Amino acid sequence: MKKLRVAISGNPNCGKSSLFNQLTGLKQKVTNIPGTTIERKTGRFRHNDVEIELIDTPGTYSIKARSVDEEHALDIYTKPDVPSPDVILYIADATNLKRHLYFFSQLSELKIPMVLVLNMMDVAKFRGIEIDTDRLELELGIPVCTSNARLGEGITAIKDALTGQSFQVHFPFSQEQSVKGEQEKRYDAINHLLSRIKSEKSPRELLTAKIDPIVTHPVFGYLIFLAVLFLIFQSIFTLAEYPMQLIESMFDFAGDQLRNLLPDNWFRDLLVNGVVAGLAGVIVFIPQIAILFFFMSILEDTGYMARVSFIMDRLLRGLGLNGKSVVPLLSGAACAIPAIMAARNIENWKDRMITILVTPLMSCSARLPVYTLLISMAVPEAHVWGIFNLRGLLLLGMYMVGTIASLVAALVFKYLIRQRSLNFFIMELPIYHPPRWKNIWILVYQKSKSFVLEAGKVIIIVSIILWFLASFGPTQQHSWYEPHPTENLDQSYAGHFGKAIEPVIKPIGFNWKIGIALLTSFAAREVFVGTMSTIYSVGDEENTGRIREKMMAETDPSTGKPVYTLAVIFSLMIFYAFAMQCISTLAVVYKETRSMKWPVIQFIYMTALAWVASFVVFQLFS
Amino acid sequence: MLLSALKRGQIARITRVTESDFSEKLMEMGCIPGVLVKRTVTAPLGDPVAYDLDGYCLSMRKTEASSIEVELIPAE
Repeated sequence: MKKLRVAISGNPNCGKSSLFNQLTGLKQKVTNIPGTTIERKTGRFRHNDVEIELIDTPGTYSIKARSVDEEHALDIYTKPDVPSPDVILYIADATNLKRHLYFFSQLSELKIPMVLVLNMMDVAKFRGIEIDTDRLELELGIPVCTSNARLGEGITAIKDALTGQSFQVHFPFSQEQSVKGEQEKRYDAINHLLSRIKSEKSPRELLTAKIDPIVTHPVFGYLIFLAVLFLIFQSIFTLAEYPMQLIESMFDFAGDQLRNLLPDNWFRDLLVNGVVAGLAGVIVFIPQIAILFFFMSILEDTGYMARVSFIMDRLLRGLGLNGKSVVPLLSGAACAIPAIMAARNIENWKDRMITILVTPLMSCSARLPVYTLLISMAVPEAHVWGIFNLRGLLLLGMYMVGTIASLVAALVFKYLIRQRSLNFFIMELPIYHPPRWKNIWILVYQKSKSFVLEAGKVIIIVSIILWFLASFGPTQQHSWYEPHPTENLDQSYAGHFGKAIEPVIKPIGFNWKIGIALLTSFAAREVFVGTMSTIYSVGDEENTGRIREKMMAETDPSTGKPVYTLAVIFSLMIFYAFAMQCISTLAVVYKETRSMKWPVIQFIYMTALAWVASFVVFQLFS
Repeated sequence: MLLSALKRGQIARITRVTESDFSEKLMEMGCIPGVLVKRTVTAPLGDPVAYDLDGYCLSMRKTEASSIEVELIPAE
């Protein structure tokens, strides 16, 4: 059977994802381009006895890449070591053909056969735009299809065109002899072409023109944005709770079953306390992350996110960020890993680096169990002014601390990073349209899956290493290099580590037991709770109430006073807010920046910040 | 005049895009001499500004808008 590799390209917001989903259905997968770490979405379908591999590319305006995202979109055309496609399926928005044909004109010169799809024909018709597609076909010399991707119209015609005879574009886009610049020449040629195939009645006013003054209003604009944020985070924490409890109890059940089935040896221990516990640590965050992605995709898909970037740009610019940093920073409130990946579409190198560096300071959901435990130790269940829950307020305070810290850190990096880079903010404000649910579901599924795979690999490996460090220790008579299983955590390597770093963490109020938890938290921050329950040998790991009682009851043998004073608890909370205790995030930063420098800088500055801030807090409260 | 001086609702024709780090990007996005632009909405702090560019909406900072020369088209 004949095989065909087809790349699907177009400007952002041209309806490319919808069309990709319509063409391939759910037969999609995300794979790496051979020999690179670049991810690419591909899908397969069969039509007229031809097997078609459809390769998705991020939307881009020009063949000149200005952001990492665009680079990824274009390497299939520009990099000699990446095999070029057999056919380019170019999607253009019929309502704005002129600009959409610009990138088309550049691709047409690659001498690769093309098929042009005019999408959103219904909107174009509504706006009084008539396009003579037969004439356009003649002028360009390639098949031109019309479609309405949202409704799934025109899909068969596209498949027919792809599997039929292939043609290269023969329209001369940049052969005009003149002193004008390349862009001007291209647009001249496009205008010339359009004058023959397009007619436009006086355009109707769009709904977008009515919405924009409201969402960009000096007062309402920010209020609407705050309300949207409030709604999203409220739903993340209330909706995600139930599936998260379900997942936790499933893993508890699995752990119990393994414990009963397997003989009591180190392997059982590794499986239950290393692998299963590590896996649970990843899976438990899926509900929160999926819900966050769900809302973020809706905001992106409807066009509202571009307006958020628009109204936030001026505020963030002063801090060394830009309007496009909004998405990574907000996502960081769920998990820094997808958030850092979302920074790819920031064109400005320096803005992107700063965004990546400060995003992990946003309070991610892994900090939540830590905060919950510590807050319950710090303040009683009480209400302020009869309505506000005191613990809830403290939690809100921790989120604010994280947000403020990330903005201040950005400001500092703005002055520290001296590299000059292209600095501009030229962004399309797409017209609003209702969310395309199918696209959103597919996106949520794929992003959640890649989170599990990305973070999962690292967390499981680190969990196993930490399990080893906590379960084995040096024996008195033997050397350090001869591991010996130990029942007591303080005899283990982790215990020795805790004691070794005690002098460093004493000034911020921590003892060696907390030192152990700091080490184990590297797999994921919420492991703190589990480690504490192990240290205080609480049988039931999920019972926060009992860990709290045990921790609260502990007294310092030399003074007889409680160990967990308010000063220690606040110091710990601040430490967890700022410290870079997430190996997975460091791994992603390394992957995204392609350099060891940035994860190292990030680790050092965040740890130093955490130590200093905890020191100040500890001294203030004790 | 410069595009950045255009007031809300006013329409102008682009006459020149001054050479800069971002002039190429601006021109790729359709800011080409001869094109009609209309200022639409402004971000709360007066910057960035959005323009209607032949049926689509492009936002840019004032710095970018100051690199575009336009001639005002008087309202009828």
